[in-house]
Amino acid sequence: MKGKICLLNEEGLRIDGRKLDQLRPIKIEVGVLKNADGSAYIEQGKNKIMVAVYGPRELHPRHQALPDRAVLRCRYHMAPFSVPERKSPAPSRREVELSKVIRQALEPALFLEMFPRTSIDVFIEVLQADGGTRCASITAAAVALADAGIPMRDLVAAVAVGKIEGKIALDLNHLEDQYGEADIPVAMMPGLDQITLLQADGLITLDELKEALKLAKNGIMQIYKLQKEALKSKYLESGEELG
Amino acid sequence: MPVFFTQRQIVAPGDLLAEGNYSLGSNVYAIENRIYSSVLGLAEIKDGRVISVIPLKGCYIPRVNDIVIGKIIDVGIASWLVDINSPYTGYLQVSDALSKPVDITKIQLRKFLDIGDIIVAKVTAFDLTRDPQLTIKESRLGKVEKGSLVEISPVKVPRVIGKKGSMISMLEKELGCEIIVGQNGRILVTSRNKARELFAVRLIKIIEREAHISGLTDRIKSMIIKAKKEGVI
Amino acid sequence: MAKSEEIIPVIKKRTIEALLEKGTRIDGRKLDEYREISVKFNVIEKAEGSAIVNIGNTMVIAGVKCVLGMPFSDTPDEGVLIVNTELIPLASPTFEPGPPGEDDIEIARVVDRGLRSTKAVDLRKLCIIQGRRVWALYIDIYALNHDGNLMDASGLAAYCALLCAKISKVSTENESIKILEEKEPLPVQHQAIPVTFAKIGDKIVVDPCYEEELIMDARLTLSFNEEGQICAIQKGGRGVFTLDEIMYCAELGRKISQDIAESIKRQLENIQ
Repeated sequence: MKGKICLLNEEGLRIDGRKLDQLRPIKIEVGVLKNADGSAYIEQGKNKIMVAVYGPRELHPRHQALPDRAVLRCRYHMAPFSVPERKSPAPSRREVELSKVIRQALEPALFLEMFPRTSIDVFIEVLQADGGTRCASITAAAVALADAGIPMRDLVAAVAVGKIEGKIALDLNHLEDQYGEADIPVAMMPGLDQITLLQADGLITLDELKEALKLAKNGIMQIYKLQKEALKSKYLESGEELG
Repeated sequence: MPVFFTQRQIVAPGDLLAEGNYSLGSNVYAIENRIYSSVLGLAEIKDGRVISVIPLKGCYIPRVNDIVIGKIIDVGIASWLVDINSPYTGYLQVSDALSKPVDITKIQLRKFLDIGDIIVAKVTAFDLTRDPQLTIKESRLGKVEKGSLVEISPVKVPRVIGKKGSMISMLEKELGCEIIVGQNGRILVTSRNKARELFAVRLIKIIEREAHISGLTDRIKSMIIKAKKEGVI
Repeated sequence: MAKSEEIIPVIKKRTIEALLEKGTRIDGRKLDEYREISVKFNVIEKAEGSAIVNIGNTMVIAGVKCVLGMPFSDTPDEGVLIVNTELIPLASPTFEPGPPGEDDIEIARVVDRGLRSTKAVDLRKLCIIQGRRVWALYIDIYALNHDGNLMDASGLAAYCALLCAKISKVSTENESIKILEEKEPLPVQHQAIPVTFAKIGDKIVVDPCYEEELIMDARLTLSFNEEGQICAIQKGGRGVFTLDEIMYCAELGRKISQDIAESIKRQLENIQ
């Protein structure tokens, strides 16, 4: 697989023209779904992801409720048309695992103990996938949770770093993920400097891991800013309607 | 003791609001002496020491003595379940609903309150471990027979009520209607003049949407005057 | 409502935390001390390879089965590797029967990532007719006794089962495949050894036991190859890590993975 595609040209630019430490263009919209208590839509490169948050609400089935905190439930799902070859709509093992790690990336940020016996449900629908969907999903889900008014310690922002042609690169796209040497998704509560998700596949040395985490933090701080702008501008826009 | 926001500035969860020996109001939390917002909302400092954030959204969490407007969703042997627009379902016992004792083995509770009925009720007990207990055995409480029901976000309720009830009393006076505001975000408007009743409903939705913009009461008042002048209501 | 077995008595939680403050653990270990690992190789004759791994009282079995199958279309010249984990009710009162849940699937996928990233098995050597016929390796991992750190036990069991696996030789004539009597070792070329840490309060322990897992805030697994490179990472749990904590785990994990590799090598040599 490796070496079939040249991921870096002689000027050090990536296949989509980015530098190694450059994010893809990101667009975040807040409150896009009227039925949901909170919602967000993110485009990151060619990724297009919709997130809805419902809750805190009464948990069904009720025996799953916890007496001391809310239950956070996450469903990460890819639409069959989101990838070149139609994906079966039934949840794959990958989607089951990602639903779990996304939940655990968001959970540290939430004051779940404020709402015992209830559930907070996060529904993530990947409409188009182009690498780094779990991270973009976390970024959007955090915004949707804030939009729902759910008390949080901080937003959670995420980005995947990786290794292409032996170099550490920020925000891998699908080709870089597929043909690169390593993929390292990272999520943080940026304001608190805490890491809430970390995974890796491929081969990396300890020094590379350290470099990757630093680069990830760099990207995460930029995404964090975009999240806050998106949240605040929704409110400011509604203020302008007044005329 | 620095403060990092201007009064009523919009803040997001995790925004650092202040550092130092301040008191924690609502929707903030502290790590050591650093105070952070926990919601999207407007940051406020009161008396130069209490820091709070007024949330822009959020669900209704019952408090004892709150007036709420509920919908009957189930009828049991000796009680009703009441949707009160909250993660926690209200619970109304027969003894909190009927003035005289009844023999529940002989009487069908649905005769008194049936599924879909709307009630104005008061929360008598709630502590997050048990569902909220309701009563309708006080004046102004009970089954609702007429009027228009409007739902707004529960966090906007204080704005609709206004300072010392100013907004509500203005609406009631100008439109000649009666308004009951449930703390759970449900508002009941009744008037003999149906057009004015529906106009009040529209204004309440405007108040909800523009709750964060100053000078709202005056603007609403001028809308009423204009509508009256144009003969719409 | 949580099962009773999953609710740790408050006084026990306090004891564990108090011990950690003093630099020791509920089972007497130091914070950076791994439990003893013992491996039984080739316990199942009918499997191509198998191993039971004990980490303290935690016990996991893995079996490797090979079947002829089709390659994936994007890798026509490689065999197929499939990892499956089941946390069966036999292993713990907290496990329920039924299809694999998210915990089972997470373990399988982390083990899979480690083996795949390090290229533990030279999958090209499992290709019989390019694009048509390859060996498919199924690694099935079953928890037998749960006393914490099923992640490492599963990863080690899978790796050990591969190490001792033997696969039939084949001959191909005119596109027809004949499976021969003679067997050869599976082409295992690199290692993937997972080392898992638990964060309890601000303390980090390696190889958590069951009770430590019940009160841990977060978990971090790092897998290492023989050169000390990382081949898989997985953070778990509801808590968080700082960058420094992650680098501490990576440094310590690398060292521990070398000790584990030595131990496995010794135990394998003993049976050969």
